[in-house]
Amino acid sequence: MLSKLFVKCPQCNTTHFYSFFKHANYVCSHCGYHFRLDAPTWLKLLCDRGSFQEHDESLKSLDPLGFPKYESKLAQAEQHTGAKEAVMTGVAEIDGCPAALAVMEPNFIMASMGSVVGEKIARLLEYAALNKLPVLMIISSGGARMQEGILSLMQMAKTAAAIRRLHESRMPLVTVLTDPTTGGVTASYAMLGDIIVAEAGALIGFAGPRVIQQTIGQKLPEGFQRAEFLLEHGMLDTVVPRKNLRKTLVSILKIHRQRPYTQRPQYFH
Amino acid sequence: MKESDWIMKSALDTVRLARHGKRPTTRDYIDALIDDFIELHGDRRFADDPAMVAGIGFLDGTPVTILGQQKGKNVKENIRRNFGMAHPEGYRKALRLMQQAERFGRPVITLIDTPGAYPGIGAEERGQAEAIAVNLYEMSGLRVPIVACVTGEGGSGGALGIAVADRVFMLSNAIYSVISPEGCASILWKDTGRTADAAEALRLTARDLRELRVIDGIIAEPDPGAHEFPAETARRLKKTLRHALRELLEIDPETLLQQRYMKFRTMGVYAGAASPAP
Repeated sequence: MLSKLFVKCPQCNTTHFYSFFKHANYVCSHCGYHFRLDAPTWLKLLCDRGSFQEHDESLKSLDPLGFPKYESKLAQAEQHTGAKEAVMTGVAEIDGCPAALAVMEPNFIMASMGSVVGEKIARLLEYAALNKLPVLMIISSGGARMQEGILSLMQMAKTAAAIRRLHESRMPLVTVLTDPTTGGVTASYAMLGDIIVAEAGALIGFAGPRVIQQTIGQKLPEGFQRAEFLLEHGMLDTVVPRKNLRKTLVSILKIHRQRPYTQRPQYFH
Repeated sequence: MKESDWIMKSALDTVRLARHGKRPTTRDYIDALIDDFIELHGDRRFADDPAMVAGIGFLDGTPVTILGQQKGKNVKENIRRNFGMAHPEGYRKALRLMQQAERFGRPVITLIDTPGAYPGIGAEERGQAEAIAVNLYEMSGLRVPIVACVTGEGGSGGALGIAVADRVFMLSNAIYSVISPEGCASILWKDTGRTADAAEALRLTARDLRELRVIDGIIAEPDPGAHEFPAETARRLKKTLRHALRELLEIDPETLLQQRYMKFRTMGVYAGAASPAP
């Protein structure tokens, strides 16, 4: 997607040298636009080199409803993105801190959540609960995957319930909301993070802006549904520019690496 | 209604029946089902949402908490009820009263009839997505039985926000879908004229959901539908609820929660094996 000599910012049209742009963590140096990144790029930005081990990479979507053109859409998405599904899960170390990791694939049918996404997320949460690992999710999504109908809606309940398992083993969920995070994914695991971080400028919401505009028949306010707007309304813990993101996440992981004091009998000795 | 009639009816016919203007509303069912009903209001945070009604009373002598989305009977009431589309305060009121039910050991009944959670500026500002997400999370751990029935429209996340239950039923002319057929047609074919095709493709009728094993049972409405025979429909609904609650009240809370977890955990269709093996 980004393998060329120059890139143009879709927000301000400034042209950048790719090598400089990459060095700036794929953020436009002119207007601050945070480019959408695919899962392998996120893993490279965050994980200690060679530490990522993928889980459940062989899970594949079927077409349970016989939905028009779903199979060809899946094949096309696979071909275009090189990814097998809209989320990649696994374990990794980040600055030496072990963590379970889920990274959404923004270009795979808009990172929509069908059965496979729900299943991979639920399995990751259960794995982390069992192995006492904190969970870090880099999220972007267009919502539930329409082509799997009611089954994709049910993935919302499934993933939300699996977060309970993680909490029962006293491990944290940290969600990073990137542009765009909407629909059924926002209304399930994205907003259930113990700590919710968002990238600067990311569109985050339940309904998409176009649907809202059609419903209410008036223009939406400036900056509506952007990360900064959600922060102001108390819906996020922090908005972080990409250059500081890894550092912030490492601090969060290190703070949670301490065992809670109730489990440390020798604490005051 | 005969089995064969369901097959003959198109999905769009069912969508129309599910949205029928004379179809009984949640309050109608509550009045028919519940003795000594007291409506309880407000989320204690922001407002009382008229699109969600909730309260306490007796179902055949058993104390219950019952709640659901409320549509209006006419234009004026529909405007007040926001056509059954709840804001975050509606979901938070529902949660407050479900947690109250848990505290006092009452089972919860939810009745679902909504085009969806409201997509508006205030709803987004006050965290529509967060309100629904928290309900999914809390309902999956609520230590009392929950029985849900989709009585009309089960519109996406706005429906699921009160439908994470031990038993989920649908009336035979109800629908339950991830997106409205109109929304689906406009995204998929950029043509709202193809709503009928979208309704078929989405597999949103009670029969479809039973086949996909998302619901536990279908409550047959007398032909031609609940709008003609509200009392008989309510009677059948009551029978089903009573039966389900009798079963669920026998189960200890730990087992109940484990079964509820597995119910939703096993939903979804995919290929391939887990790795590393669990």
